[in-house]
Amino acid sequence: MYNFEFTKPKTVEEAATAMAAEGAQALGGGQTLIPTMKQRLASPEVLVSMTDIEGMVGVAAHGNTLTIGGATTHAQVAADAADLFPGLAALASGIGDPAVRNRGTIGGSLANNDPAACYPAGALGSGATVTTNKRDITADDYFQGMFETALDEDEIITSVSFPIPEKANYQKFEQPASRFALVGVFAAKFNDGVRVAVTGASNVGVHRWTEAETALNSNFSESAIDGMSGNANDMIADLHGSAKYRAHLVGVLTRRAVAGCG
Amino acid sequence: MPTITMNVNGAPVSVEVENRTVLSSALREGLGMTGTHIGCDTSQCGACVVHVNGKAVKSCTIFALEADGADVETIEGQAHADGSLNVLQQAFQDHHGLQCGFCTPGMIMSAAALLKENPKPTEAEIRDYLEGNICRCTGYQGIVDAIMAASGQSTAIAAE
Ligand SMILES: Cc1cc2nc3c(=O)[nH]c(=O)nc-3n(C[C@H](O)[C@H](O)[C@H](O)COP(=O)(O)OP(=O)(O)OC[C@H]3O[C@@H](n4cnc5c(N)ncnc54)[C@H](O)[C@@H]3O)c2cc1C
Ligand code: FES
Ligand code: FES
Repeated sequence: MYNFEFTKPKTVEEAATAMAAEGAQALGGGQTLIPTMKQRLASPEVLVSMTDIEGMVGVAAHGNTLTIGGATTHAQVAADAADLFPGLAALASGIGDPAVRNRGTIGGSLANNDPAACYPAGALGSGATVTTNKRDITADDYFQGMFETALDEDEIITSVSFPIPEKANYQKFEQPASRFALVGVFAAKFNDGVRVAVTGASNVGVHRWTEAETALNSNFSESAIDGMSGNANDMIADLHGSAKYRAHLVGVLTRRAVAGCG
Repeated sequence: MPTITMNVNGAPVSVEVENRTVLSSALREGLGMTGTHIGCDTSQCGACVVHVNGKAVKSCTIFALEADGADVETIEGQAHADGSLNVLQQAFQDHHGLQCGFCTPGMIMSAAALLKENPKPTEAEIRDYLEGNICRCTGYQGIVDAIMAASGQSTAIAAE
């Protein structure tokens, strides 16, 4: 790995200033970035640590909104959101393994937007809002395809706000070697409608499955989407699964997620 | 080069690191503590697991600078002061929890973190918690048996 300058700011303002430097990049838990740097697929000149910034760690509910600091670890979300938003806490508790969850952060996961990552499904499926040092971005605008987001290069995710649904459930069909989702589905029922977000499956990255949402809006039950599957034309095909297999899994996992909502 | 200070197994230490030095290198090369093993160096295998401020982390995937000022526990701190094995280590020996021993430091540190959170885990909980620790030798049953035994539970368990 190439060497770099390292800074550990205490406030969002200091971090924003540091991020404005040429070649600067945010460092969350490093669970994706450090292996990438070792392979020299990334070589930032300045790393700006997000781990000690005031106000960027923690989970808090205000009314029907759950707000998670951008540098909050998966382990903390799993523990602290368990009563407030159990569907999201369960998603966080299934990411990687305990050591990954003790370092990896929600901001890092959403900034990376790996097409097989779990949080993008949770954020899009809940209609969350990503708050940065510059603006608020709705999940529908935020995710822009595999590894692509609406973030500017020097932008910092300071928090993520989730409307708390009546019920929600995440189903992950795990790729056993990587521990990421081969396909993952997050389904959430709000009093004004249902959202279904699919990760892992598609060439366009995380996306909403609108056909299923429409069917579930009139009847929130497994039978409403009986026999439905994703569109195989859009699906990833690799050695772990064909496009048709992934499309099939989208249907199966969505039915399981609806059943899991209880 | 920056110097960091940590409490390693209860003893204050200082070590010079580069910004890019990961904690596993600071421990092994900086402090000569080679009990923490490097299997993959890419956060996949768990051989390098140590505790930082009480939490299990993969020391190959955290910069040493991020552990500045932290309490760090490694495999070297597990045995009793007289060198005799602690309960968990002894259980690994008694229940065939290791063969070559390469994964063992990470296995012990992950298992210790599990037992701190959950003193009487079920077999399924043990297997789930060890998801990030890979062993090439034992087939895991001996490891699971050892952790069951160390937590005072019967090891007469059916394979899943
Ligand atoms: C063995 C293993 C298994 C895993 N399994 C899963 C899984 O099942 N599901 C899953 O979803 N993920 C999984 N991951 C990925 C894990 O969740 C990572 O923690 C996450 O993708 C990146 O988060 P991080 O905090 O470590 O970010 P980093 O690695 O530090 O950074 C990742 C990217 O985000 C940027 N960034 C970090 N923080 C911010 C911020 N606050 N604002 C703006 N940009 C920021 C960085 O510049 C970098 O580009 C796994 C990782 C490993 C190593
Ligand atoms: S050496 Fe750190 S996880 Fe393998
Ligand atoms: S005992 Fe050899 S790798 Fe686990």
